[in-house]
Amino acid sequence: MKRFIATLAALAALATPALAAEGETHAPENHDWSWEGPFGTFDDRQLQRGLQVYQEVCASCHSMDLLSFRNLGQPGGPFEYLPDPEHEGELITFANPNDNPVVMEIASRYTYTEIDLETGEEMERQGIPADRFPNPYANDAQAAASNGGAAPPDFSVIVKARSGGADYIRSLLLGYDYEVPEDVTLLPGQHYNPYFPGGVLAMGPQLFDGAVPYADDTPQTAEQYAEDVVAFLAWASEPHMEQRKRMGLGVMIFLLIFAVLMWLAYRQVWANVKH
Amino acid sequence: MSHQSTYEPKTGIEKWLDSRLPIVRLGYDSFVDFPTPRNLNYWYTFGGILAVFLVIQILSGVVLAMHYVPHVDHAFDSVERIRRDINYGWLIQSMHANGASFFFVAVYLHMFRGLYYGSYKAPREVLWIIGVVIYLLMMAAAFMGYVLPWGQMSYWGATVITNLVGALPVVGEGIREWLWGDFAVGNATLNRFFSLHYLIPFLIAGLVILHIWALHVPGNNNPTGVEVKGKGDTLPFHPYYTVKDGFAIVVFLMIFAGFVFYLPSVLGHADNSIEANPLVTPAHIVPEWYFLPFYAILRAVTFDFGPISAKLGGVLAMFGAIGVLFALPWLDRSPVKSMRYRPIAKWCFLIFVIACLGLGWCGAENPDNMVFEFGGIGMPFVVLSQILTAYYFIYFLVILPVLGFVEKPKERPESIEASVLGSSPAAAPAE
Ligand code: HEM
Repeated sequence: MKRFIATLAALAALATPALAAEGETHAPENHDWSWEGPFGTFDDRQLQRGLQVYQEVCASCHSMDLLSFRNLGQPGGPFEYLPDPEHEGELITFANPNDNPVVMEIASRYTYTEIDLETGEEMERQGIPADRFPNPYANDAQAAASNGGAAPPDFSVIVKARSGGADYIRSLLLGYDYEVPEDVTLLPGQHYNPYFPGGVLAMGPQLFDGAVPYADDTPQTAEQYAEDVVAFLAWASEPHMEQRKRMGLGVMIFLLIFAVLMWLAYRQVWANVKH
Repeated sequence: MSHQSTYEPKTGIEKWLDSRLPIVRLGYDSFVDFPTPRNLNYWYTFGGILAVFLVIQILSGVVLAMHYVPHVDHAFDSVERIRRDINYGWLIQSMHANGASFFFVAVYLHMFRGLYYGSYKAPREVLWIIGVVIYLLMMAAAFMGYVLPWGQMSYWGATVITNLVGALPVVGEGIREWLWGDFAVGNATLNRFFSLHYLIPFLIAGLVILHIWALHVPGNNNPTGVEVKGKGDTLPFHPYYTVKDGFAIVVFLMIFAGFVFYLPSVLGHADNSIEANPLVTPAHIVPEWYFLPFYAILRAVTFDFGPISAKLGGVLAMFGAIGVLFALPWLDRSPVKSMRYRPIAKWCFLIFVIACLGLGWCGAENPDNMVFEFGGIGMPFVVLSQILTAYYFIYFLVILPVLGFVEKPKERPESIEASVLGSSPAAAPAE
């Protein structure tokens, strides 16, 4: 298991003034994302790879408490469509994401502790799609203690919770190759990253070329991992984004026609009235 | 203009009801036949838009309250649950959050309209004052509503604002504790804020009825500020203003929908997607945009004033900025209502609008940041906000009272009809 020494802790305030060095904070680098603009959507394959990066790298420290496995199979989620095992090249989908075999398989990799209602004893059982993503720590105190005092933030809504959103998180993940400015002193376990407010954070670089084996021929570079995992986190922060934009289009068209009709009615009613 | 009722019940049931509870008559006289000046422009559509938004806020809010959990351990997650798991919860939550902003856009335009056309003057003082009370209640509702999702800005905003009350001498600390229901912002505070947040919109709805009643006694003012004199000046509200208001409402809803569906979180703050944490203070605590001008006034007072500490002075200035609106009908001494015919007041008003926008800008910035800087010379935001705050009060307390005596108004049209038909020399420039 990879161990973060500590964390994103991007709560600006956590970088206490003593640690917040003079180093200038860089504005996040602007990146083109597939979901930008009024018609942008998520790329399912990218969300799947992003989930893999999250699970193999980030999940050892960062929880996603608000996500259930079933979310992965819901409309707009990474596994909404699966290849049809019976007809090559076609896709199938499941009205109830709890029946989605990929989602069931992912959930079953984890074990959960529960009270056996017969005996009152604790028992272990396999995960099911309705379960929440497991938290790497037993409690907040343990999360903080394991990371030099700074608990790694939960990732459920992380893209909404940082100014700069997806661009910021991508820049941060790839932003470790800068020389430490002279006025910045790093204590053991601290790292310099100019995208982090204050420049000094407890999480070190996490993404390295080739570290996460992709099943397809997508390039296995740190850049690609960063883009993929940020896409996954953006989806997780707002799983209904695609539905929102789709409905928005209909509503805008409706209101536009309605406005034109109201305008014509207005002209008609006022036609012979001086005002 | 209270007018003679022209309603004639036609069907049996209408006749039966009319002699028991003439509610259909009331509706007919108020919204169908009501004589309305024929020259109302689009600035007069915001009252109707506000009524629509009050309804949107109440309906979406009632649904949100079915799923929201007012407890410090669950509030944040319950709002996320609404966005994620409740059917169309993302839509209703976005409508309610963005609806608050649009409600304020509309109310500010509505109020500036009143200031420009002198709609607060006799015989509409009570109408204006009811409006100011509505505005105060809107601010209270919006402030408490923002606390409910229990994010970092919710918590710290509530802490900063309730602490202001503590600045009042003698009673301050007691009142603050009474507001909190505890010795700090906590679960008791969250619970009472939820209760009051649910109550206030219905108080507003009641006041809106009084507001419209107070409107319908003297009747609408209009862009000329010349009162209605005869039949030729007015048109029945329906269909003339139902279509005009209707068109404006749909256009405004379109802009609103643009935000709800395409920019649902640009008006919010990223920190409010982080759950409240009393141990971590955000780097910048800023209120929602519609409070920024008052926040700037609050922070503009940086000096003690006799026995009044800077903090108390800021609080007094902030409340004074709203309080002065109550006195406005008696501060403005000019007999001319519309600023179309007030050559000096018009420019002072324009500067006033810019000052309000400028205060909003100052409220969003750190007071020590520089507005501009050349070489060694620059001006920090706190100084700009002091200048603008001074103008805000001078406008109401000096300019409007004095102009009443020194300004020479332009010639006004004899009547609304004359202004529309262009038979009066001053009628031409439509602004
Ligand atoms: C929920 C909030 C409010 C609602 C629903 C509302 C509704 C209305 C409506 C329907 C009208 C008549 C149409 C129009 O002139 O646009 C009106 C007029 C007026 N309102 Fe409001 N209003 C609200 C808040 C306020 C506030 C906050 C103020 C001032 C502080 C205000 C001051 C006035 C004045 C002075 C008029 C008469 C304007 C004129 O005839 O020139 N209102 N309001």
